[in-house]
Amino acid sequence: MTARNVVLHVADVHKSFGGLHALADVDLQVEEGTTHAIIGPNGAGKSTLLNVCIGRLAPDIGAVVFDGQVITGKQPHEINQMGVVRVFQTPEIFSDLDLLQNVMVPAFAKRDGAFRLNAMRSVATRTDIRDEALHSLEEVGLLGQKGAIAGSLSRGDKRRLELAMGLVQKPRLLLLDEPTAGMSRHDTNSTIDLLKKFKGRGMTKVIIEHDMHVVFSLADRVTVLAQGRIIAEGSPDEVRGNARVQEAYLGGAHP
Amino acid sequence: MWNNPARNDWFLLAGFSLVVLCLPLILEPIGAAYPALMQKFCIFGIFAIGFNILFGLTGYLSFGHAAFLGVGSYAAVWSFKLLTMNAIPAIVFAIVCAAAFALVIGYVSLKRSGIYFSILTLAFAQMSYNLAYSVLTPLTNGETGLQLSLQDPRIIDALFVAPQAGLPRVNLFGTYTSGGGYAGFYLCAAALIVCFFIALRIFRSPFGLMLRAIKSNQNRMRYTGFNTRPYLLAAFVISGMYAGLAGGLMAVTDPLVGAERMQWTASGEVVLMTILGGAGTLVGPVLGAAVIKYFENIFSSFSVTTLQGVFGFLPDAIERPLVSFLSLFVGDGWNLTLGVVFMLIVIFLPGGLMEGLRRIWSLFDRRPGGGDKVPAAQTQPAE
Repeated sequence: MTARNVVLHVADVHKSFGGLHALADVDLQVEEGTTHAIIGPNGAGKSTLLNVCIGRLAPDIGAVVFDGQVITGKQPHEINQMGVVRVFQTPEIFSDLDLLQNVMVPAFAKRDGAFRLNAMRSVATRTDIRDEALHSLEEVGLLGQKGAIAGSLSRGDKRRLELAMGLVQKPRLLLLDEPTAGMSRHDTNSTIDLLKKFKGRGMTKVIIEHDMHVVFSLADRVTVLAQGRIIAEGSPDEVRGNARVQEAYLGGAHP
Repeated sequence: MWNNPARNDWFLLAGFSLVVLCLPLILEPIGAAYPALMQKFCIFGIFAIGFNILFGLTGYLSFGHAAFLGVGSYAAVWSFKLLTMNAIPAIVFAIVCAAAFALVIGYVSLKRSGIYFSILTLAFAQMSYNLAYSVLTPLTNGETGLQLSLQDPRIIDALFVAPQAGLPRVNLFGTYTSGGGYAGFYLCAAALIVCFFIALRIFRSPFGLMLRAIKSNQNRMRYTGFNTRPYLLAAFVISGMYAGLAGGLMAVTDPLVGAERMQWTASGEVVLMTILGGAGTLVGPVLGAAVIKYFENIFSSFSVTTLQGVFGFLPDAIERPLVSFLSLFVGDGWNLTLGVVFMLIVIFLPGGLMEGLRRIWSLFDRRPGGGDKVPAAQTQPAE
């Protein structure tokens, strides 16, 4: 290991559904400030791994340690308040609210904590929150539609809104579940540029991705999962050259 | 604390206050300008505004809100019996008791959502209703209902005022509020305006935004870092306090309370009021409450003779079948009229009367962005 801090440690996690081993002895260390990609064929256990990290699923064996603290068993909102934020694959947005409100809500969570009875002050007076939300919307290119109702957005725009909602919380660890799925090539490239921009801001990212173009543009390290097990780990170039990975996943189709 | 509220909101509040205070003039032409009815409009308006803070913002449909109304009324009457005939301590006592009761019921009921939440609140309310009739008779005086008597201690009054012959009346520092006078109406109207103002602040606050986000996607709220349970519980308790205040005002205007005030029909009525007026809107619930109370009191007093008077100019052959058909809908049949109106509104105007008003407004006002004073009605009824 290098001198860098391990910010996320998935320690020997095992999770099975019925007889299916979704995750078997998965041990993963993510270093602070890096972008760590997790790839693997469908059903390899990638989404299960993310769900274990944010507290949606409890592992059968093992634990998840974030920044020296065990987060397994904590409530989802507690994990978020510690700085672990997930961007969902299927957009989980507030469909009835407008775009600005959608981004202001997570900004409030970051500023005011898990609960605050703040009933007598107008939202309009919180210019700090509003500015953060506007800035975040601008970064993903949705500023022009800030008054639109989120449910009316196209699928690609909903993904970008998801990203804005994650970024506005300035997370220490951002978990991205296929952030570019359903986006055009142009939008994919602008998302890559956007995520690269955050690299220097002390944000660690874990990305689950199918698109190898995205993986090799962003990742510092790549972990390959297949059938719930880690079959390879290393720098993008090492993984690309790994014979087992070629066989299990890449199939030689990609350069 | 009061800095920079949207100017439109002040206009809305001013307009609302003006309408409420001028009710005696406005209702004169439709025969509803007597204080006993107008104070009912105000009291049920408060009840519905509070219910709407829970239902309209979070989507949690409580079917047991009448329990808090009942608790408020009992608490107020006990304040009259034990302390003083002044209305203020009674109202405060009513709100505090309803809040404590709502805290307990909300804590348990909010462990579930959707239909299970509704059933739990319904069960609690029916339980309170039955307890009031049976085990709690020493507190509620059972079927007779809790009322004032000459033997009541009234500790504070006994210190300052010499007892007079007959039952004392509820007063507000010397002005009598019970018995259907204008003082009772104006006390209720002032309370309604204050309640409307607080609801307006809640709607515009971060707290209100969080409640709406919970309605939209509660699961996402958890992964966004919010502990949603205290938000829901706070909304439930606030809404219970509104109901308690409404119950307290009922006792202030008529210090006699029976358990039927807590029955499920009373809980259902406030649901109807809110949906009829427009759930999730600010003015809608008050409007819904006024319409239902108007039907209940005015339509039910129409008789066949009234109808014959109205249609007397028609030839007999038309008048008789018309009158006998319409007589189904008036008098005791007022529920039928209300049912038909409610059905028409839910089918054609899912956003309630407020949606209807907005559509009419948009016919006259075609400018983009015009007529957006009231937030868009939410059409989905429950979570």
